Amino acid sequence: MLDSTKSVSTRREWTLWVREIWSQVKTLGTVLQHTFSKADTVEYPEQKPYTPPRYRARIILSRDPDGEERCVACNLCAAACPVDCIALQKAEDEHGRWYPEWFRINFSRCIVCGLCEEACPTYAIQLTPDFEYCEYNRQNMVYEKDDLLISGPGKYHDYNFYRVSGLAIKGKDKGQATSEEQPVDVKSLLP
Amino acid sequence: MNSAFSLQSIIGTVLGISVLLVVLLSSAAVLIWLERRLLGIWQDRLGPNRVGPLGIGQVVADMIKIFTKEDWVPPFADRSVFILAPSIVVIAMLMAFVVIPFSPTLGISDLNIGLLFFLAMSSLAAYSVMLAGYSSNNKYSLIGGLRAAAQTVSYEVFMGLALMGVVILADSFNLRHIVQAQEQQGWFIIPQFCGFVVFLIAGIAESHRLPFDLPEAEHEIVAGFHTEYSGMKFGLFFIGEYLGVILISSMITTLFFGGWLGPWLPPLAWFILKTFVFICFFILLRAAIPRPRYDQLMLFGWKFMLPLALINLVATGAVVLVQEG
Repeated sequence: MLDSTKSVSTRREWTLWVREIWSQVKTLGTVLQHTFSKADTVEYPEQKPYTPPRYRARIILSRDPDGEERCVACNLCAAACPVDCIALQKAEDEHGRWYPEWFRINFSRCIVCGLCEEACPTYAIQLTPDFEYCEYNRQNMVYEKDDLLISGPGKYHDYNFYRVSGLAIKGKDKGQATSEEQPVDVKSLLP
Repeated sequence: MNSAFSLQSIIGTVLGISVLLVVLLSSAAVLIWLERRLLGIWQDRLGPNRVGPLGIGQVVADMIKIFTKEDWVPPFADRSVFILAPSIVVIAMLMAFVVIPFSPTLGISDLNIGLLFFLAMSSLAAYSVMLAGYSSNNKYSLIGGLRAAAQTVSYEVFMGLALMGVVILADSFNLRHIVQAQEQQGWFIIPQFCGFVVFLIAGIAESHRLPFDLPEAEHEIVAGFHTEYSGMKFGLFFIGEYLGVILISSMITTLFFGGWLGPWLPPLAWFILKTFVFICFFILLRAAIPRPRYDQLMLFGWKFMLPLALINLVATGAVVLVQEG
């Protein structure tokens, strides 16, 4: 009895050995077959990869369809930024519109998470598909307002914050813009 | 024998040695590029292809980098041994090339114990790794050194035993005679297939190449015995490893694949071609096979390869005895 179990277990051990070794040999063959398969490498600087329109990379500040700055210096983007790479200073023009006196993004800190874009109430701050903004000098990674501001409306062509916001500025009272409703009179009992 | 010491023959030998040195060291450097390209091909990548045509300039770039690096000795290391260790492997590997017959006329020395000299030199190379592991004064280095010692001792045993079949068939320890014997008896790969497999596996273990690179197993013990090495001292270990690959490949060629023998092409071309195929095979092993666990390595060596080598030796001896009648 003892002898037979022993022989069975040794036989099993031997088949295991053989199977293990055969598996190694087969691995060699499989890898050798890859001599004839094409490389998956994208040779980057020559071959540019496709980046979708909503790809998150270099941040810009856009303008509304009238060519005015969209940014109202509300600071929500700076508050939302998890790495604190956005800094700005509020100013007010003669019409009562807020705008950033200066606007600074430190791209050496930026993690292109897109939270600033989500936080922005005016679609001013947007992420673009351009990811090639390396610099040899670290200081050049700090972008000022001049570097960030573009001349177009970016991803949202028709949006103008002051035409939908119900906010009074000089020459336009609450509810006077085309796509604004009249403000609700909270002191009236009428619905 | 006296005529061998004439001025002419001395100059000839010195010239041969210098040519061999240059060829070996430069091909060891080119192997770094070749390995990276081949690994790339087998892993569906491209490998280094930027510097120069096909990326061959990578060799020069790597050399410049490694020569201009800071040559640093850690303050806690055993300084003299630390500096000595990397040179041992290169010297031992280069010494072993002395006995290899590259063609009917080429070859530095015709030692009549050539095979034993090769075995001795390749085991001396183990000192390099052990001393490096010991002198670095670092836990990981020491573990790497210990593993190297145990691995070399285990695999050395049947590395020699596997070659005894060849010696029995060729009736000589002289590598040139072994090749000449294969001219009459056919390549020894056919009668000595077991010996070939055992020697190949032992050779991989000897040169600490993957899958038997446990002494430097970077996933477990940082970089093993060369954790503390940098600059040209690390470069020497690197060169030593590639010299080991070339050495084992050319030994396989000499012992089992008829050395320089072959039709049409000149003998030296045959030797280089066969050696190149085995170098590529070494790289294929690295691309394909994962590293075994340490106890599996020992188990495989003592329980499988050693009996196989012994059976091969006994069987070969019996067959030769019967044939001689």
